[in-house]
Amino acid sequence: MSRSPGRKQENHKISRELFVLTYGALVAQLCKEYEKDEDVNACLDRMGYSIGIRLIDDFLARSAVKKCRSYSETADIIAQVAFKMYLGVTPSVSCSSATGNEFSLILDKNPLVDFVEELPAERASLCYCNLLCGVIRGALEMVHLAAEVTFLQDRLKGDAVTEIGITFLRKPEDRKQRR
Amino acid sequence: VGHAVLAINGAEVNGRFTADGKDVLEFLANPANYPVSIRFGRHRLSSNEKLMLASMFHSLFAIGSQLSPEVGSSGIEMLETDTFKLHCFQTLTGIKFMVLADPRQTGIDALLRKIYEIYSDFALKNPFYSLEMPIRCELFDQNLKLALEVAEKAGPFGPGS
Repeated sequence: MSRSPGRKQENHKISRELFVLTYGALVAQLCKEYEKDEDVNACLDRMGYSIGIRLIDDFLARSAVKKCRSYSETADIIAQVAFKMYLGVTPSVSCSSATGNEFSLILDKNPLVDFVEELPAERASLCYCNLLCGVIRGALEMVHLAAEVTFLQDRLKGDAVTEIGITFLRKPEDRKQRR
Repeated sequence: VGHAVLAINGAEVNGRFTADGKDVLEFLANPANYPVSIRFGRHRLSSNEKLMLASMFHSLFAIGSQLSPEVGSSGIEMLETDTFKLHCFQTLTGIKFMVLADPRQTGIDALLRKIYEIYSDFALKNPFYSLEMPIRCELFDQNLKLALEVAEKAGPFGPGS
């Protein structure tokens, strides 16, 4: 992560364990407050959204990426720059549709689930990391890219890999003059 | 000529009165108070005036991008006049940062990017700051002031505003 020269060298790294524990506590609390998995998932998505709309400017300010010219470039930047910057992992990207607006991010390693093996039986349809989907959705919205972001596969639910699906909803030509 | 009295004998003046309520014109009319040092300068813009000018510039910016012969123009980046230069930086999220500076001032590009970082840190990461509202965050103001001071020192002439 590059910092501009004038910035003080503050290496106050917070421990990864604390972050993972905090996230786990958040999900556990939501599970206590909501009976239905869908409600917890929706709540995580909303929280992620409000993080995403703020995180995007931090990302753009620090990474100095240029405007992406295609959805594929956007997906690559998300996987290779953003995920690396914030979670320290680099998912692999694949395009899963002929129309070129559906992409998958396959996560080999996911720090958020370091200490979670599998979901409890009564929470079978919980998307544990749904916060991430909200973050991506919120961040994309602020750069005027509407997208649907969901978990297509989840190791916690017994699937082989963890896969996040991003579906861009509008063609680049339709994008109006930015505000 | 557009200039106003900013301070008398070092004490700041607001309109016709000093900070402790003295009437400026009366003070100046009384020869017993001479010699007196007066600082003149351009009036500071009020918040309303700033909002009005910013929204006018926003429209000009949009028109500029549309009229540009280049496709995908990045809009008005700099407006140069005899007395000042207006620099504008638009982020990919649509936020515009504008700096008015002396025409000879250098390093404004770096300053604009620094301000973007300061905004993303002290405004956006403040959970009590609502997006699109005026920024009333102490840390933001402090860090902004620091960045301006650094930029002024670096450039040959100041000040920015």
